[in-house]
Amino acid sequence: MGYASTVKVPFGPQHPALKEPEHFLFEVDGDTVVGVTPRIGYVHRGIEKALELSTYGHGIYLAERICGICTIAHTCCYAQAVEELMGIDVPPRANYIRTIMSELERLHSHSLWVGLVAHEAGFDTLFMYAWRDREVILNLFQELTGGRVLHAINTLGGVRRDISPEMADKVRRALEHFEGRTKEYLRIVRTEPTFLRRTRDVGVLKPADAARLNAVGPTLRASGIKGDVRRDDPYVAYDEMPFNVITSDSCDVFGRTEVRTEEMMESIGIIRHALEHLPEGVFRVRAPRNVPAGECVSRVEAPRGEDMHYARSNGTAKPDRYKVRAPTLANIPALCKMLVGIHVADIPIILAGIDPCFSCMDRMVFVRSGGSTGRAR
Amino acid sequence: MSIVGEALRQLRRKPCTVRYPAEKAPVPPRFRGMPAWDMSKCILCVLCQNACPPGAIRLIGKGPEAEIEYLMDRCIFCEECAEVCPKRAIVMSDRFELAGFDRSKMVFRFRKEKEKQPEPPKHSAPTANG
Repeated sequence: MGYASTVKVPFGPQHPALKEPEHFLFEVDGDTVVGVTPRIGYVHRGIEKALELSTYGHGIYLAERICGICTIAHTCCYAQAVEELMGIDVPPRANYIRTIMSELERLHSHSLWVGLVAHEAGFDTLFMYAWRDREVILNLFQELTGGRVLHAINTLGGVRRDISPEMADKVRRALEHFEGRTKEYLRIVRTEPTFLRRTRDVGVLKPADAARLNAVGPTLRASGIKGDVRRDDPYVAYDEMPFNVITSDSCDVFGRTEVRTEEMMESIGIIRHALEHLPEGVFRVRAPRNVPAGECVSRVEAPRGEDMHYARSNGTAKPDRYKVRAPTLANIPALCKMLVGIHVADIPIILAGIDPCFSCMDRMVFVRSGGSTGRAR
Repeated sequence: MSIVGEALRQLRRKPCTVRYPAEKAPVPPRFRGMPAWDMSKCILCVLCQNACPPGAIRLIGKGPEAEIEYLMDRCIFCEECAEVCPKRAIVMSDRFELAGFDRSKMVFRFRKEKEKQPEPPKHSAPTANG
């Protein structure tokens, strides 16, 4: 009498369970979430506009800073789009090195995520060990590229640093160690009862919903759908790499953990194959300063899912329009679907389950005073 | 319980972190730290200024008297300047502890040394005579 049956609970933008500022308004009935409204845009940085103001050669460093974890994926996507517009062919050795770097990045991103989801599940021991072993990959990056997080290895027309035979041996040795650790994590996440109880049947996304809401990456594959840009639309050297697209039928956070951990094993296989078959020759060609007019869409499978860049050039040294669709944005509708019908206590682990990177995807919406929504950027 | 064995094994190992200010992790070769200018090699050609994505390098003045101003607070440590330098006057050093509270201390100016070394005796000679 006089009480509404549901309560609106704001979650974020500043919230202890969220690592990044983003707002979700939950409609809660008792302990059950019955509705969710996301509100994005708190960390909009205007990178697309900044890309339009910088030359193509300088823009790659800006593209690298879209995401701190997927730096190789974003630079790869940027370089592919601009190289396509320029009409230059990347040497095969550069393509192989880009493949190796992309997969190393997947290894470090997925082990970071395994740690995070273990932390959200209250399993901090695994979080500590996963992050300790991730250092192996970061140290490799430091030796291969000169930087642990911002690698600055991709450039227009190839890569900036070669992989010497000694470095290849170092990578192989590090992978040997890392493979053992990954197998251990796979065993732990599959057998640890506390982790299983915390993740099984939590955040269920049915295959039909995943397809309808255009989920991408491990979120899509954990719902049993084989969708992977590396296989569907091979870029760099993925058409020559043997690997399986990992899927899981459990459709929940456990499935997402399993998919990511098994993908790490596949990544190790890809890096080994690429190092074995690294073609000889140059690893960089000269890129022109000006780009002929045209437009191009490029897709890359970032660790979090499909990353899409769109570039339109007008014949000058700067792009006319540049657009980035980061994987997290594609997963937001699916996330809202997962968040309905769950317990309030499961919100953090489901949010972490899609591996969100909110600052990569933030948009700004211009609203005209007439009431109609303008364009989104 | 599945991780107990791992945790017990870790007890007997040394920590995987280092006591940072006292000990430091080794810096690998070709690390991209703070760039360093060797002004004896520099020819003031402004290629580094044009290559720098955030505009952290500026040439101030004209001719041989010009100075290179390097703004470390803008630098993104991408190595473009070192790559483009025709005389290899810029190298990426292994310095990485660059944080500070005062941005005015992050501006560096490099100047070419006067090349004519035998000039001072010439100057001193007439004064001694006169």
